[in-house]
Amino acid sequence: MTANGWIQIFLFFGALLVSAKPLGVYMAKVFAHEKTFMDILFRPVERLIYRVVGIDEGQEMRWTEYATSMLWLSLISLLLTYALQRLQQYLPLNPQHFPGVAPDLALNTAISFTTNTNWQSYIPETTVSYLTQMAALAYHNFLSAATGIAVAVAFVRGICRNESKTLGNFWVDVTRACLWVLLPMCFIWALLLVSQGVVQNFHPYVQAKLVQPQAITTIGSDGNPTTQTITTQTIAQGPVASQEAPKMLGTNGGGFFNANSAHPYENPTPFSNFLEMFAIFLIPAGLTAMLGKMTRAPAHGWAVFAAMSVLFFAGVTTTYYAESQANPLLQTATLHVNQKPSSLQPGGNMEGKEVRFGIADSALFASITTDASCGAVNSMHDSFMPLGGMVTLINMMLGEVVFGGVGAGLYGMLIFVILSVFIAGLMVGRTPEYLGKKIESFDIKMAMLYVLIFPLSILGFSAIALMMPHLGLAFLGNSGPHGLTEILYAYTSTTANNGSAFAGLNANTHWYNLSLGAAMLIGRFLMIVPMLALAGNLARKNLVPASSGTFPVHTPLFTALLVGVVLIVGALTFFPALSLGPILEHLLLHAGKAF
Amino acid sequence: MRRQIVIAFVYTLVTTVIFGIAYPYAVTGVAQLLFPDKANGQILRQNGVIVGSRIIGQPFTGPSYFHSRPSAAGNGYDASSSGGSNLGPTSKKLLDRIAASVAAEQANSSDEVPVDLVTASGSGLDPDITPAAAEFQIARVAQARHIDQAALRTLIAKHTQGRQFGVLGEPRVNVLELNRDLDRFCERQQ
Repeated sequence: MTANGWIQIFLFFGALLVSAKPLGVYMAKVFAHEKTFMDILFRPVERLIYRVVGIDEGQEMRWTEYATSMLWLSLISLLLTYALQRLQQYLPLNPQHFPGVAPDLALNTAISFTTNTNWQSYIPETTVSYLTQMAALAYHNFLSAATGIAVAVAFVRGICRNESKTLGNFWVDVTRACLWVLLPMCFIWALLLVSQGVVQNFHPYVQAKLVQPQAITTIGSDGNPTTQTITTQTIAQGPVASQEAPKMLGTNGGGFFNANSAHPYENPTPFSNFLEMFAIFLIPAGLTAMLGKMTRAPAHGWAVFAAMSVLFFAGVTTTYYAESQANPLLQTATLHVNQKPSSLQPGGNMEGKEVRFGIADSALFASITTDASCGAVNSMHDSFMPLGGMVTLINMMLGEVVFGGVGAGLYGMLIFVILSVFIAGLMVGRTPEYLGKKIESFDIKMAMLYVLIFPLSILGFSAIALMMPHLGLAFLGNSGPHGLTEILYAYTSTTANNGSAFAGLNANTHWYNLSLGAAMLIGRFLMIVPMLALAGNLARKNLVPASSGTFPVHTPLFTALLVGVVLIVGALTFFPALSLGPILEHLLLHAGKAF
Repeated sequence: MRRQIVIAFVYTLVTTVIFGIAYPYAVTGVAQLLFPDKANGQILRQNGVIVGSRIIGQPFTGPSYFHSRPSAAGNGYDASSSGGSNLGPTSKKLLDRIAASVAAEQANSSDEVPVDLVTASGSGLDPDITPAAAEFQIARVAQARHIDQAALRTLIAKHTQGRQFGVLGEPRVNVLELNRDLDRFCERQQ
């Protein structure tokens, strides 16, 4: 670890700290339909959308109608994305003439982008046309993010409203999230990224003549080596920046290219890397301030922000430490690799990492992307040291509540807030209250559904995959405990709607495409529905004034309790699986064992 | 319910036009106007022939060029199939591959090889190596090209980028630009 590395980490956190409040206040205004400086631009567009679609913007929805509207939008946009992929060879903007995407892969991808996961079983630059990237995939980068924000706003309304049957209007919330929040930010981010070298064009792939032609020897299917001389390099192009911006700001994470944000055309400079990392946490951090503003308890918003920050720093410190370490297997009697940091090199574990980012920016990016439900990567998590990879896994297993996905992180954390308040209530023997709402049996049941469905999907699917040698185990890229981690990571990433991968696992098979697809649907919709039910139930209750027995939710004590609940729920559930994967691998690595 | 389905359907179409078509075209228009070179991939030409992109790495082998990092993209630096090796730190495959790279790099030197020169990048297209990896190769290139080591150091210094704004990222040397400049330098010498 270097001083410069820590300066970069604190620079990132400082930028976040400064922007959370202004953005949160702005978003609170947007969803309360108060005047903002963007109205002059977007109010006419908003009105036009409602008129064309036939939406009555004054209509309020109960939680059931809010949920079904959300489900219908997701289903229909999912089907359209499936269709666009299957039919892309007949559609324009396909300069490389890619054929239609295979059915199971197209279904997996459609689910993946609709659920804000952006798990990618395909290699984008050899599979999907520019039109599919823009109108199907980048489209969901907006809509799935806006859906997450809308649901979080509805949940916060459930907390603030007094004896109300309704939570707002889903269509209005989604539209305002898209137009007032995502669109202007994406436009600015896209141009900033282009200024750094992210490409934005519709050209066919460029053919370059290599400066030094290369002779490549490959072993053919008949077992004989053949040598060919490669003289050209085909360089993929595309409208990348316009997809990159919502990919990060909406915590989607699906790469335009296979290498995602490690690709020089997606993330060319350290500054573009900073912009991308900042974009992941920006809206989720703003949402904590919005929570404080909407509930008229700004200190509570900051207490939640503080709990997230504690977990964030714990993760970053561990990953950064682990990745700065030398791999002992490269420091043997016969093998001499210089892994020491110096002024000339960052040292450490450089497999799967880019030189321009080094160790600090790679570790920071990996922590951020898994704290949130982003899943973009600027280094390959599969090649991380065992403990570094474990942190990315744990971040997701905690439910991605450390800032988290846009919207999803806030409502996920609020479930833990309700559990914390409940536990505090049990300790003093009073009916628990949260910001004036009594927390009762139904509320806790819904919160527990949310907490239990998550590990059931991760551990259940992983167990099934591990028991099937031909379907589950045959496609691992690594053996030993690392192989177990690859499978565990895949189901954790999809259930948590993250989308990053231990990409050694070749997941483009019928079994993985379908089972991972199911995990993504469970992780998104089976968790949003109980959460909206809880919100609907909270809205119906009357607000009771705080008394001397009310557990305050804005103190350091509350923050500590919240962090404790998040860690205990996560650790109790997943520690056994982790001990057989990354922890075992760490011990074997230091005992000098390879697989 | 039928009303909800109709709304969802029309809403999907309308928003696809706005966010899936109009938005990317608007960004393309402005980007092509403000940053045409960057938006088009920083393509390098030599006598009118495209020889690569400034920020996409290329493979270099043999003693007379500075080597770029090992690549797991296709057959190596395949810019239509990016990606890393995805091998874990306890993988025998990884250790064997690194041992082979170390042996190749140490042919002219007994120094410890800088780690980035024998590990594959995440993209497989990393345009850079560390200043340590460039320094490590000076003796070999100088010998193969019969030029002065000091001249090479000057060339490397010219193509070394420090941290952005003095803090962000890591210092790095662009291999493609360094090698092209090396070729030009040797032509001038003759």
